Amino acid sequence: MRQCHQLLSCKLKDLGLIGYPEAFSVQKQAVEDVIRGNSQMLFLCEHPAVLTMGRLGREDNILLSRRDLQQKNVDVLRIDRGGEVTLHSPGQIVLYPVLNLNFFGRDLKKYLVNLEQVAIDLLRDFDIVANRIEGQRGVWVGKEKIASIGIGVRKWVAYHGMAINVNTDLNNFEMIKPCGLDVRMTSIQKIRGTEILQETVKEKLVGHFCRIFQLEKI
Amino acid sequence: MSNVILPELGEGIEKATVAFWHFRVGDQVSEGDDIVELVTDKATFNVSATASGRVKQILIEEGKPAQIGQVLAVIE
Repeated sequence: MRQCHQLLSCKLKDLGLIGYPEAFSVQKQAVEDVIRGNSQMLFLCEHPAVLTMGRLGREDNILLSRRDLQQKNVDVLRIDRGGEVTLHSPGQIVLYPVLNLNFFGRDLKKYLVNLEQVAIDLLRDFDIVANRIEGQRGVWVGKEKIASIGIGVRKWVAYHGMAINVNTDLNNFEMIKPCGLDVRMTSIQKIRGTEILQETVKEKLVGHFCRIFQLEKI
Repeated sequence: MSNVILPELGEGIEKATVAFWHFRVGDQVSEGDDIVELVTDKATFNVSATASGRVKQILIEEGKPAQIGQVLAVIE
């Protein structure tokens, strides 16, 4: 394990608005690169509307028929992350860190907690008090969920990550039972009552991410 | 013979659910291949093959829980 004062380098790449399969392809390559010893990576992006289900996600958490989803142009993808079904859509900032957990103590829980802390500290910048709920991974404002988490790990390299609702159209969540829960979703826009500049959020997000994970952005 | 064991995954994690076997009994694997994927909380975790050889035994079926330290498969 590295010493506290050592900063690991981390490359940042903003993929912009990108289809889920394309972003996943980029991640998979990054995982191989990080396994080989290349620098850590942080990808940021937004996705066109898509539902993703974790490996053991339940189909009955999707509330619309496949036909109705097709008419809305919403794909359903089952992927190799933990967690249940979630929605990605424009207005949501998704971060996909690709980190070698050998440098972070090989502790999945600690990694997830730190990811949550990134969101909690980011939201504080917008005067939003966010919290964790015991037994429910993710980030909440009161009882409404604002950030969802799901990761995959290969050879101790973590990928997938976290999605934070910034200016997301929250009506879209009516297609699913988010994360398999009877939960209302919220967003920074909904709480603040005004649209938020995504670039400002991304900048602050990267700052908190690098601070919490002791990374030097390169 | 080599045992594929569910390693320590972090503080407070005592078990995980076997989600997907990448290989079946009788298949040839190489050391370091992802052999099985497990799910815990919001994470999927791939365990690597500990040796090259043939998968002799799979001890935990998909959908079943495994404890940290438990033998998941045997490679010969």
